[in-house]
Amino acid sequence: MELSYFAIIIGAIFVNNVVLAQFLGICPFLGVSSKVDTSLGMGAAVTFVMALSSIVAWSIQEFILVPLGIEYMQTIVFILVIAALVQMVEIVLKKVSPSLYQALGIFLPLITTNCAVLGVAILMIQKEFNLLQSFTYSVSTALGFALALVIFAGLRERLELEDVPEAMKGIPVSLIVAAILAMAFMGFSGLV
Amino acid sequence: MNKLQIILSGIIKNNPTFVLVLGMCPTLGTTTSAINGMGMGVATMAVLIMSNLVISLIKNFIPDKVRIPAFIVVIASFVTIIQMLMQAYVPSLYASLGVFIPLIVVNCIILGRAEAFASKNGAIDSMLDGVGIGLGFTLSLTVIGAVREVLGSGAIFGYSLGISDYMPLVFVLAPGAFLVLGYLMVLFNKFVKK
Repeated sequence: MELSYFAIIIGAIFVNNVVLAQFLGICPFLGVSSKVDTSLGMGAAVTFVMALSSIVAWSIQEFILVPLGIEYMQTIVFILVIAALVQMVEIVLKKVSPSLYQALGIFLPLITTNCAVLGVAILMIQKEFNLLQSFTYSVSTALGFALALVIFAGLRERLELEDVPEAMKGIPVSLIVAAILAMAFMGFSGLV
Repeated sequence: MNKLQIILSGIIKNNPTFVLVLGMCPTLGTTTSAINGMGMGVATMAVLIMSNLVISLIKNFIPDKVRIPAFIVVIASFVTIIQMLMQAYVPSLYASLGVFIPLIVVNCIILGRAEAFASKNGAIDSMLDGVGIGLGFTLSLTVIGAVREVLGSGAIFGYSLGISDYMPLVFVLAPGAFLVLGYLMVLFNKFVKK
């Protein structure tokens, strides 16, 4: 599959935004995005893990699953690898860079259940990307995730000050705001 | 708690979509039509029932420290089985649900029920809990799918209502998913949750 890197980057950040167009990683999108600061932290943590897991998942697919002819084990292997990877990142960060660990710390365990990480690993195999393309794709997807999260957090900070009807408080009104944001992102469609 | 109550509580009181707000990704991503929503719901229910059953049977053999990874392996095995079955018998549904089938593994509903119910209760009760929560999830997804299908493409369960020319397509696209789920949740809060 021949795709320019520019097309992959723009496509993953804007056109097929992971949250607003592909519906992956909705849980952190609704759960963590009440403040701009925390959503920046979450975005950074996801970018870091996704970049690592894309390399690991691609290598496992290419050098273990395909040669042995056991591609059907993909789901089981990938989820275990991602869970182990997140644990390892946490341990290594704690030792090597305590300040970064402090900043990302609380978000790391949450990432295992972030379906965007597993979703991207499966999607990049489906799209038959090579290693560099996979890496580009997952980093830009993570950036798209962070972008959506930060914009949404900004909107929700304003929303706190508004007078919302009782039945709409909390998740419902956030979903409706997300709908408007998704409509805005539809404007990017056809860009690449 | 009697058997019927276990099932009923999954449908209304502990409805996974509208009350617990779990498993949002497949809820939004697969409900472009009533059939797709229902297919996703049934696939998730099958995994949930089987994983609840197996986890409640093996709960005494798993050391407490490694229980989460052990649960994930059980769930992932059943997801792989469902994935292969669907690929073989309902290829068109398999194609339209796409990446969301392997992603049943990370659906928080399933791990949540394993942790909150199956690891504490007997085999029969755990299966019934799977049936209840699964039905609640299937029902919610079918309703969301049906609303989006009617509003977006003027059809229901694939049968055209003859009004498709007048319907805004946006309800089948991404923004419609957020919008319909948001407003259905408002209605649920207003009339059912009391």
